[in-house]
Amino acid sequence: MVSGVPPFERFYESHKAEVLAFLRGRAGRDRADDLFQETFLRALRAYGRLEHGEHLRAWVLTIATNAVVDAARRERPTAELSVEPAGEDERPALEELAPLTDDLPPKERAAVVLRYGYDLDYDTIGAALGSNEQAARQAASAGVRRLRKEKEQR
Amino acid sequence: MTAVPTVLDERFRAAAAASGELDVAYDVLDDTPVGRLLVGVSERGLCRVGFDPEPEAELERLARHFGPRVLRSPNALDRVRRELDEYFAGGRHAFDLELDLRATPEFHRRVLAELNRVEYGHTTTYGALAAQVGAPRAARAVGTVMNRNPLPIVLPCHRVVGANGSLTGYGGGLDRKEWLLRLEGALL
Repeated sequence: MVSGVPPFERFYESHKAEVLAFLRGRAGRDRADDLFQETFLRALRAYGRLEHGEHLRAWVLTIATNAVVDAARRERPTAELSVEPAGEDERPALEELAPLTDDLPPKERAAVVLRYGYDLDYDTIGAALGSNEQAARQAASAGVRRLRKEKEQR
Repeated sequence: MTAVPTVLDERFRAAAAASGELDVAYDVLDDTPVGRLLVGVSERGLCRVGFDPEPEAELERLARHFGPRVLRSPNALDRVRRELDEYFAGGRHAFDLELDLRATPEFHRRVLAELNRVEYGHTTTYGALAAQVGAPRAARAVGTVMNRNPLPIVLPCHRVVGANGSLTGYGGGLDRKEWLLRLEGALL
């Protein structure tokens, strides 16, 4: 066994439907198609460096989240952002949040971004991370504490 | 649960192979004259031909030998599929494919290299192969090498028979060995 990391085919088959549903919910049906490919290509690039096969669900949903964030950034340079009204789909909070969370551990980053960027409840985040509500709450608050500490140190 | 549209799924599989990031791209050929075949290629060449593929076990095996980035990606197998089709139709007598035998032990590789010189329509014996690799008493070990041949058909272990001309054995079953030898005209 390669330290419990399943063949990529298994990983892809297990998670592709959920990732597509997740992306459609976050980015809309049209953009979700491109982001689907982007997400799994990113996962593939990193897959050879995985050391174990745990939390693959949280891992791939984090990659999907990052792909959405990066696409939003590409499409909306910050200069334009300030003059656009913040409509329901604009998610400025997310775009401000994303760069700040770059250095967080993946699970905390995912929890923070999903909670404060996407306004998901902890139940949903727990499910996305393959754990539970309480663990999601803890990860998010650990992430926020870490961000505060980093801010104070600056 | 959202079904992933076929076109999206196929597009990703093709893009993954094109990205050069796969350890192994494989496909399952469902309807060859010798039944289902799993074929796999790495960036170095053909690394697997498997009869009666139990995908689960085959994928684990490929991941163990070549790395975990194993994905079904039919496009990457176009050339292998074409050469096999030509062979099964009787129009191809030798394969023109790069082979990746890095997961095969040294002694096995030496025996397989000798095996690869046995031409279409000809047969040899376990003992003769053993003698050719300088281990004349190792006929039984040569049998083991044939049995574990990672690339049957392409590396033609079906052309190896017992000293008395009996078919002896075949990793894919004697029926298949017989079919292949008949195809090649080595059996009437």
